[in-house]
Amino acid sequence: MALNRKIAYIDLSTGEIEIKPIPLEVRKKFLGGRGLDAYLLYNNTEQGCDPLGPGNTLMISGGILTATCASATARTHVMAKSPLTGLLGSANMGGFFAPEMAWAGFHHLVIKGKAEKPVYIWIHNGEIEIRDATNLWGKTTTETQWAIREELGDDEIKSAVIGPAGENLVRFANVMTGIKNSAGRTGMGCVMGSKNLKAVAARGTMDIKIAHPVDALEYNKRFIDQITSAKVNQTQGTLGTPFIWGATNSWGGIRTRNFQYNQCENADDIEPERIDEICEETMGPYHMTGCFGCQVHCRAQYKIPSGPYAGKYDEGPEYTSQGAFGGEPDCKNAVTVLTGNHLVDQYGMDNLETGSIISWAMELYELGIITSKDTDGLDLKFGNDEALLEMITRICYRDGWLADTLADGGIPASEKIGKDSFSYLIQVKGMSNLHSDERATPALALNIATGSRGSDHLRSRPAIDLYHLPEEVLRKIYSNPVPYDGPLSSEHTSYDGKPWMVFWQENCYMGVDCLGICKYHTTFLGATLPNFEDWTKVLYYNTGLEMTPKEIWDVAERCYNIERLFNLREGLQREDLKKGDMLNHRYFDEPCRRGAIDVIGATIDRKKFKKMIDEYYGHHGWDENGVPTPETLKRLGLDQEPSHLL
Amino acid sequence: MEKVLMINYQKCTGCRLCELVCSVMHDGVSNPARSRIKVMKWEAEGLYVPMSCQQCEDAPCMNVCPVKAISRDEDLGFVMVDYDICIGCRSCVAVCPFGAMNYNSIDKKVFKCDLCGGDPQCVRFCEVNAIEYVDAERLSIYKRKDAAERLSVAQKEAGALQAAM
Repeated sequence: MALNRKIAYIDLSTGEIEIKPIPLEVRKKFLGGRGLDAYLLYNNTEQGCDPLGPGNTLMISGGILTATCASATARTHVMAKSPLTGLLGSANMGGFFAPEMAWAGFHHLVIKGKAEKPVYIWIHNGEIEIRDATNLWGKTTTETQWAIREELGDDEIKSAVIGPAGENLVRFANVMTGIKNSAGRTGMGCVMGSKNLKAVAARGTMDIKIAHPVDALEYNKRFIDQITSAKVNQTQGTLGTPFIWGATNSWGGIRTRNFQYNQCENADDIEPERIDEICEETMGPYHMTGCFGCQVHCRAQYKIPSGPYAGKYDEGPEYTSQGAFGGEPDCKNAVTVLTGNHLVDQYGMDNLETGSIISWAMELYELGIITSKDTDGLDLKFGNDEALLEMITRICYRDGWLADTLADGGIPASEKIGKDSFSYLIQVKGMSNLHSDERATPALALNIATGSRGSDHLRSRPAIDLYHLPEEVLRKIYSNPVPYDGPLSSEHTSYDGKPWMVFWQENCYMGVDCLGICKYHTTFLGATLPNFEDWTKVLYYNTGLEMTPKEIWDVAERCYNIERLFNLREGLQREDLKKGDMLNHRYFDEPCRRGAIDVIGATIDRKKFKKMIDEYYGHHGWDENGVPTPETLKRLGLDQEPSHLL
Repeated sequence: MEKVLMINYQKCTGCRLCELVCSVMHDGVSNPARSRIKVMKWEAEGLYVPMSCQQCEDAPCMNVCPVKAISRDEDLGFVMVDYDICIGCRSCVAVCPFGAMNYNSIDKKVFKCDLCGGDPQCVRFCEVNAIEYVDAERLSIYKRKDAAERLSVAQKEAGALQAAM
């Protein structure tokens, strides 16, 4: 059964491994995946611990439904204290790793300590071994995975690995599996590197008993039909996430030249259709691929068509790479985007953070805050594709003063660079923003300001706010499974009811992250996709666990509050520009210069923003400083934390 | 009319849902090691090829079985194993040219595709139609049509190229 998958505590300093069952009581409180990871993080780290020290604890997990007959349960979650932000580190990836770990008998790994020399963890059919990784050190992400397969003689091994960026302690190094699946944000690969942990490899052939197999199969079919019939997923299945770029850019929601513009002009070469053309030219008509058990198949396959990396195979690029290596640095060539994407995939480095931080440096270069002396002669101006690609490699290897500085992340870099550099850094809680521009969309601005892992769209973005759905439809979505009769507006420029939408999405995304399901299978980009009500059924049919939609909602809220408690313990303060629920001043002070009529001139209104935060805290049951009240903690059963239940 | 699985590997996205639903349908568990269909992958090239039993007419597994445990279902035409007779010698596994006869070390039994009794779940769940369940005698028609289409496209391209020169 899914419920008998185990948790393993692995101490890399001593080599001790302890394997335990996960009590049902814990499952009912936290389910699994990100939620249970958050509980484990709060319970297994000391306040103020060094993110790169042996005291930081790294969790790698699958969700409670991972590898069951629910749809698209491919997600792997990785959590630790972030070396990029000093707050919650949390990242999630697709692929095939978590299912393999589940077939090998495990749902959660809790990794402490630091190995003396490079090691990797080998998990197979109920057993765990720590193995020497000296020969793997220095290898790229894919080289590492293939080398492990060769060493252990099994082509079906799935590994979560770091590349050279993680080894070099680039603060935004990621954890990767397959060609491009990345637990990208908050520097989880840097934590692995600090522990001398090159990879976790898994292979399993253990049965996961399905509680009600016939119902599970039939419901999965229904689920898939619902998901694949959504227009948004059909488009994803042909163009991948780049499809978002076209509409967003023409509307004026793509930040360009760091944050100078909100639209990338004359950028036909990086439009989704052009990228799709290259994929087709290099990989044939069927060039979409998918994660385990998923029928959305949103990932494109491509070979780089020209340039120094011509012929190299990769997957993607996602919407994020279009922004990171296209719009933000104002480099408008598909080959640059595809090459940048390939480089970060091979190095194991977050594309979004990498592109954003280089674009920030480009703006500083333009302003004269940094000069060619700092760049070792590199002409780091906007639109210099070669300089962009060169900087990616330099950052990975910390080659030169500027690259070494940027590799430490935006805030430490701004402290080192000095002058006015910090005010140009587009970040929240120390993590760079996605390349989308939220000045015309208060709901999305609130989402990035409050995200528990720093600026991020995958924690609480009410993306359907942009669809102008009739208010009664919105109300139907956002009044389940808990009633809501407050204000709600279909108008994306409005501030009304947006705090509730963000709060609701937080719980929705936490829900999928606990279950181990992909966000494209819930209320994210598609308004008609499954959520709480449907999850009770897949949960019951697959695991036998009976929960109401409200109980799953409560789990999500509980887990989100644990993340909040962790952040507060590590120093989050409401209006702190470096560690708070606050946006860069440019959101308030610089009006959008381009885009549609409802976008040009838009800024976020400070007063209304503050009111949104107040309201948002109120929905949570947090006080005016964003601290959960004793009543809230009691209601969620969190008044005894850390409670060490397992 | 006899129907068979027709696999067009180019359409396969490599998601392995077929492996999952196969093991759930037959054994009530999620475990690709129990799946009758298996997606072989070359991830570094992005190539995925689903492999399953071809239900051969002159089936080597049937021919090699020393105890005659393997026979053909008369209605649906698939090759099947009678576990009351099977002695688990795995000769059939050794001889199958497609690797489609499997051995499961948990139950210590050989196992193979039985077309789910006429409603193959791998086909039902594959939204991209990489696996289809078609009349055996029409199999070559489908392939021929595909090939003809490719040929026609190629000729048009060649014509355009010549015109351009």
